[in-house]
Order: sequence, then structure tokens, then C-alpha cells
Amino acid sequence: MWRVALVETTMPAIRTKGLNLWYGDFQALFDVDIDVKAGKVTSLIGPSGCGKSTYLRAVNRINERLGYVRTTGTIEVMGQNVLADEVELTQLRREVGMVFQRPNPLPLPVRDNVLFAYRLHRGGKGPREEEDQVVEEALREVLLWDKVKDRLDQTATELSLEEQQKLCIARLLPVKPSVLLMDEPCSALDPEATKAVEELIWRLRGDYSILIVTHNMAQARRASDECIFMLMGKVVEHSRTGDMFVSPQQQETADYIEGRYG
Amino acid sequence: MTDIDFKSFKAQPLDYKNQRNQRLYRLLFGWMTVLLILPVLIILVLLTAKGAPALSWEFFTADPINGMTEGGIFPCLIGTIWIVAVALFASVPLGVACAVYLSEYAPDNTLTRLINLAIINLAGVPSIVHALFGVGAFVMFFDLGTSILAAGLTLAVMTMPVVIVSTRESLQAVPQAFREACWSLGATRSQTIRKVVIPNSVTGILTGVILEVSRTVGETAPIMFTGAALFLPFVPDNFFERLSSQTMAMSLHLFTVSTQVPNVPEELPFGVALVLIGMVLVLNSVSIAFRMYLRGQKKW
Ligand SMILES: Nc1ncnc2c1ncn2[C@@H]1O[C@H](COP(=O)(O)OP(=O)(O)OP(=O)(O)O)[C@@H](O)[C@H]1O
Ligand SMILES: [Mg+2]
Repeated sequence: MWRVALVETTMPAIRTKGLNLWYGDFQALFDVDIDVKAGKVTSLIGPSGCGKSTYLRAVNRINERLGYVRTTGTIEVMGQNVLADEVELTQLRREVGMVFQRPNPLPLPVRDNVLFAYRLHRGGKGPREEEDQVVEEALREVLLWDKVKDRLDQTATELSLEEQQKLCIARLLPVKPSVLLMDEPCSALDPEATKAVEELIWRLRGDYSILIVTHNMAQARRASDECIFMLMGKVVEHSRTGDMFVSPQQQETADYIEGRYG
Repeated sequence: MTDIDFKSFKAQPLDYKNQRNQRLYRLLFGWMTVLLILPVLIILVLLTAKGAPALSWEFFTADPINGMTEGGIFPCLIGTIWIVAVALFASVPLGVACAVYLSEYAPDNTLTRLINLAIINLAGVPSIVHALFGVGAFVMFFDLGTSILAAGLTLAVMTMPVVIVSTRESLQAVPQAFREACWSLGATRSQTIRKVVIPNSVTGILTGVILEVSRTVGETAPIMFTGAALFLPFVPDNFFERLSSQTMAMSLHLFTVSTQVPNVPEELPFGVALVLIGMVLVLNSVSIAFRMYLRGQKKW
């Protein structure tokens, strides 16, 4: 399968060069150069307001909906320039899935949530058996099938937060994205649920390239291959997670991971 | 000594003072509410007491006769329903479409803000001004003549701003997180609106719309010059002829029988007023029922 082959190539899943981003007059990102390795989990850490979410939202271009956002530099996903004129946003978002801080399943039945993107990209409902299979596959992959298989017609917003967040991951899978962006996916969850979702993310590693924003140092350390530290809209350090937490190269990084920034 | 009192949680002088204030404010606000509700209650009771004797099956189904001093209100009832229906069909699709554009598509810039300001101001324009606009625009310029159509459209123009405002509020009550979820899954703006925004706000929109439209039932000035006639019991059967003909209407009829016609039995105007209020109440109850349904359905 091409997905497996991809892990072995050196093409980064996400590559940004000289990325600057302004909200109106306020510059939130400064010359950000990041290569996110394919098939790995990369965590993005940094104090509040340093531009982590902004970076994520620039990659799938969801920021643009605000209307006053301006971007310069290049963003490539799987080697393709996503800022090019001919890029169709719906296609980009199929390739780049996003998980939000607060689980945000749509107020629809669980089943329709899983099938939402699938149906959008298919241009309508598919045959029943095919859809059933898609739903089961996606929910199994996020270890949710056994818990919700009898509740597929229940409104998704009635699930527990952990189940909701897993569902939000599951609904990305049927359209076969290659990159998953996760913005503090565990911060609304209790420690047990956090652990479960973390394990899930680790499970998805390899099949997907995952960029995850987190405020939780322990989580970054436990559940990522590489780690990027940002400060005030700039990348300070990007290295293997083990290295960063053992011997950070920059003083700011050391201060932050030792809790001196808050 | 006070120390001991305090430890036993007994009230201190300051607590007594607070309690007194508390009672004072409760009385004050309570009486203000009573003062406000009392007139409404008195009106309703008087209307019912004086108007009920006029009500009968015949009152609803018969034409007014004898110089409108006897008989029923059938043509007025039907006329008002027609005018309000025209207003509803004209103002709701347009108003909702406009609200969707303003809430979901329009960029947040000076022009949009100006439009919003204009809409709010439009909602405050006195109804007599709308009436004259209706005469100029629908009766004369579009040459609809004084007709149900012209009157309904005039009412539509009058309610449009409030329909827009209430619809926009319902749309904006849909959490932004749902929209972002949709977009991030690759939905276009219109798919997002169709699949998530509208389904989750439709009850709210309907509630607001019905409430706004119910207010037009009693409007007199905007229809007086554009389509309502003092006395016209005959109504054509043909749909289009009906639309382009004048009609009697409840509100104008009430005005007529209470001030323009001599020798009207006392209960007749009260009966008309009672039915008019009844119509508004029915529409409002529908709206309230919707709202209760909405509460039960709340999905987030
Ligand atoms: N929609 C917006 N309009 C204007 N400024 C914004 C907007 N979103 C974010 N910003 C600003 O951009 C900067 C970076 O914000 P961002 O949300 O990316 O930070 P973050 O690193 O994700 O922080 P947190 O850890 O609190 O989520 C902040 O200073 C913020 O005030
Ligand atoms: Mg953030």
C-alpha cells in the first residue's frame, strides 16, 4: 500500500517555509519553518498565545474564514503547495483532518457523524451495506465500536466527552486523510479519557502523520516522536522528543519545560 | 460577646439591615410588576365581559348587515387572514434569506455594519410611513391598485426588518464549533448552512417569525390606504381576482364600527376586538408551543 511506502520516504507531511501570518495588523507567526515527518506524531508546545493553534489552522486554511487573515511564505502538505490558486479547499480538508480542543461532534446521530465527510466527498449517501462497513471500520479503528454499536442512532452530543472526541477522530478516517491536526485534543477530558485518547493517537501513528498541540508536557513526552517548541510566534526548537526533554538546546526551551513560563 | 453571637451564626445588626432592604426591594419590584400587568388584565376582562355576548356561530360566519350594525364579521376575518398570509409568504423567504446572508456569508466590514444599522432603524419606522411607502410603491408604481396584494406586501415590508433580526439571532445561537467542524470536514459554506446551521435553528426562526407576523394582525394604518375597504362583504372566488381586490379587515372594521357608524349595539365592537385579540393569541401560542418544543429538543 502506498501509505506504508510513504513512511519510508523522506517527504515531510507538512512543510512550511518562511510562514508569516497576520490577523489584521497583528502578526501571529514569524518566519515559521517546520517539517513535520510523515507517519510520526509531532507535538507542538509553547505558552498560551504563542501561535500553536494559528499554525494548525493555517495548514488546513480554516483561518481564512475570518476574512482578515493574511499569509505569506509557503505551506506544503505531502509535497503540494496548499496556498496555490488551484487548490480546492474541500480537497485540502479531506487530506488534512482536524480535531478540536472541545469535542465538537455535530448534533446528528453517531452514524451520520461518522459518515458526514464521507458523504460530502461522495456527493450523497452511499449504499446501506457500504456505509455500514465504513462506519464499523472507522469506529473500530478508534476503539469505539463496541461501546456505541448499539447506539448508532443516538445523537452524538449525548455521548461522554471521551467518546465524543474519539468520534471526532473517527469521522475523519473514512475519507482517508494523510495528515491529522489535533488542537489540544485531550484538554477537555479527564485523566482516564486523556490516556485512552493518547493511546488511540499512538495507535494511529504510522498510518497518519499527526501534529498535536498540547499544554501537557508529560503528554508531549509520552506520546510524540518529535517536539516543536514555539514562543511568541517563532519556532525556538525542533528536535526528537527524547532529546528535547533530556537536553534542550535553547535556554527558553529549558525554562519552559521546567515550568518557568507557565 | 459579639464574638459568641457570631459563632452561633445569629443575625447581626448588619444582617437585619440587609433583610429590611431585601423586603423593601421585593415589594417595590413586585408592585411595579402588578402595576404593569393590571391594565392588561383589566382590558382582557372588560373585553371578554362586554364582547362575549356578541359571539356566536353566526358572528363568525355571516356578513355584516344593516349598515354594519348587525350580522357577523366573516369577510373581515377572511380578509385579515389573506393579508397576513400574503405578508407571511412575502416576508419570510426574503427575510430569512437576507438573515442567512448577513449571518453566514457577509464579511464583517463597514458595509455590513451599515446594512445592519439600516435594518435596525427600519424596524423603528412608524407604520404610517410604511403605509405611505406602500401606496407609492405597490399601489401606484407597481400598479397593484388598492388590493390584498398591495396591503400584504406593505405589511411584509414593515415586518421584514424584525424578521431579519430575529432570524439572525437564531442563526447566531448555533455554536460556531458546529460550523468549524463542518468546514474542517470539507463542507462548503452552503453545505454547512443546509446540513447544520438551518436544521439547528429552524424552530427558533419559526418562533421568531410567527411572533413578528402575529403583530401585523392588528395593524391598521399600513392596510388602510393600500387594500382595506370599509364595507365590502362580496369577495371574488378566483384566487388572482381575490388577491387584486380590496377586502374588509378586522382591524379596520373595529375602527369603523366603533367610530364611524351610528347606532351600533355596544357589544359589537367589543366582540370584534375580542376576536382580533384571539387571533393574535392563537398565533402567539403557536410560537410559544414551538419554543417549548425547541427547549425539549436542545441538542447541545
Ligand atoms: N481570530 C483571531 N483574531 C485576532 N487575533 C487572534 C485570533 N486568534 C488568535 N489571535 C492571536 O494570535 C496569537 C496566537 O493565538 P493562538 O490561538 O494561535 O495561540 P495558542 O498558542 O494556540 O494559544 P493557546 O495555548 O491559548 O491555545 C494570540 O496572541 C491571539 O491573541
Ligand atoms: Mg490554541
